[in-house]
Amino acid sequence: MEPAENIDGMMLVYKKPPTLTDTPMHYCPGCGHGVVHKVLMEVVDELKIQEETVGVAPVGCSVFAYDYMNIDMQEAAHGRATAVATGIKRVLPEKFVFTYQGDGDLAAIGTGETIHTINRGENILIVFINNGIYGMTGGQMAPTSLLGMKTTTTPFGREVSAMGNPIKITELIAQLPGAYYVTRQAVYTTAAVRKLKKSIEASFKYQKLKKGTCFIEVVSSCPSNWKLTPVEANEWLEKNMLPFYPLGDIKVPK
Amino acid sequence: MVMENKKENTETRLMKGNEALAEAAFRAGMKAYFGYPITPQSEVLEYLTAQVPKHPDVVILQAESELAAINMVYGASGAGARVMISSSGPGISLMQECLSYMTSAQLPALVVNVQRGGPGLGTIQPSQGDYFQAVKGGGHGDYHLIVLAPASVQEMVDLVFDGFRLSEKYRNPALILADGALGQMMEKVNLPPAGSLPKTQTPWATTGKPQTRERNIITSLFIQPERMEKLNQVLQSKYKEMGKEVRWEEIRTEDAEIVLVAFGLTSRICEKTVDLARQKELKVGLLRPITLYPFPTDAVVKLTESAKSFITVEMNAGQMVEDVRLAVNGRRPVEFYGRMGGMIPSPEEVLAKVESVAEKGLSIPI
Repeated sequence: MEPAENIDGMMLVYKKPPTLTDTPMHYCPGCGHGVVHKVLMEVVDELKIQEETVGVAPVGCSVFAYDYMNIDMQEAAHGRATAVATGIKRVLPEKFVFTYQGDGDLAAIGTGETIHTINRGENILIVFINNGIYGMTGGQMAPTSLLGMKTTTTPFGREVSAMGNPIKITELIAQLPGAYYVTRQAVYTTAAVRKLKKSIEASFKYQKLKKGTCFIEVVSSCPSNWKLTPVEANEWLEKNMLPFYPLGDIKVPK
Repeated sequence: MVMENKKENTETRLMKGNEALAEAAFRAGMKAYFGYPITPQSEVLEYLTAQVPKHPDVVILQAESELAAINMVYGASGAGARVMISSSGPGISLMQECLSYMTSAQLPALVVNVQRGGPGLGTIQPSQGDYFQAVKGGGHGDYHLIVLAPASVQEMVDLVFDGFRLSEKYRNPALILADGALGQMMEKVNLPPAGSLPKTQTPWATTGKPQTRERNIITSLFIQPERMEKLNQVLQSKYKEMGKEVRWEEIRTEDAEIVLVAFGLTSRICEKTVDLARQKELKVGLLRPITLYPFPTDAVVKLTESAKSFITVEMNAGQMVEDVRLAVNGRRPVEFYGRMGGMIPSPEEVLAKVESVAEKGLSIPI
């Protein structure tokens, strides 16, 4: 850590990394995206890989990630982020490439790309934000919506007979030999944020080894579409999301 | 047999259209290819993968679907690579969403459609049924691809170079609209030497942001309508500019009273029809568009001064004929002759159509 700066007699204890732009984020109060963006870009800054990193943001609330992340980025069509990342990584094999995808993108419309990208063991990092809902389009059911969860397309709650079970895509892809490091993290407490940062750091270091795909699920909240305050949303997440999506490493390098 | 043509520095080979196209891609400096098997173009991917040991720096990847493959093309192109993809109708249909994104994000790439008969799963026999899809946009929004129509195995080679060059010049995908017969037939080809197509600079590519420049963003998202309209204006001015790239060939049109208009394989058939008609002392010529977008409108307009009528010949229900009629704009009658679903018209069939038009033509004062 750099020595603290002294500004007008006060010690600077925190500043935004240069890997984040000055653009105010459009995310709702309590949304996890801002925190995950910040932690991800802090790691890029601390590892000094800003010049070597290319990100991919597909359709979803975080499609505007390139407005906030001060790195080269590509926007991708809905579900196609890992295919786009494959194209980038294959022609720039020495660069760090990551995707930043939501649950609808990664586990519904893009399931095929998710599985095959990881099965090929593409040397990229996939950051998967799971808040159990379609945020950008206004709160429709996601593949990861919990049973009984009310959304605008499951107004009476998600029911198995009609909509199937929420998909644990992270456990599913962990079975693939191409997956090198698979973990599930969260951002609902400061301790959780610190753990997430450690997994992101590890993932970028692993990417250099070229041993396969790193996959970080972040269980997150969507207070606006959950119709809860940010504090209530974090409580609801802990009480309902975490029992079904337990935190921790699912596959670690031997 | 391999012959060296020292004079032009080209190499002469007897090759199948699909394989000649694949070999041309290597020689044109292709950096990456993403594909998925589909008849009648699978030889492209097969040829490329077989040549990997000779080209260790070129990425050749069989994707899990055409959808994934075209999005890999998007990523690789956005990262500054010269990239190609090939498929046939059903696969090209799957790519339309991403092609719309690529035009909006202004990404170059070369797309090859070795057409088969449709609609639906259709047949694997040659067709020209994807003209509308290729020329009019195909996906959502106001955009065009640069569309090139080869009529020989030699052009399957030459248009690869032109396709890369034009797509990079205009930062817009280019599409080679071939068909199953051109892909499968063997002809003599002269292959240009490797390295003859210089790489275009790509300062906009996402290669990692150095301190010396702002970050590069590849996107087709312009949420404010003012910005979206502005992007559209940029695209439209590019399409206007592309007009100067128009290419066509004319055969015996100087004194032609009836002008056949045909592209690709049907133009080869119509060449024979012109010979047969001339033997019968019918003044028939052929206009062959090489660029389908931009369309050689002015060439058609010019021929309305000398020709009495036009016959558009296609292997579809009548698609390019609409562009011919737009160009002719009522000045002369425009007839159509076509076969569909993978059927190839014979020169004699086309001649019969010519003769019926010739008879009719005598009774229509011009």
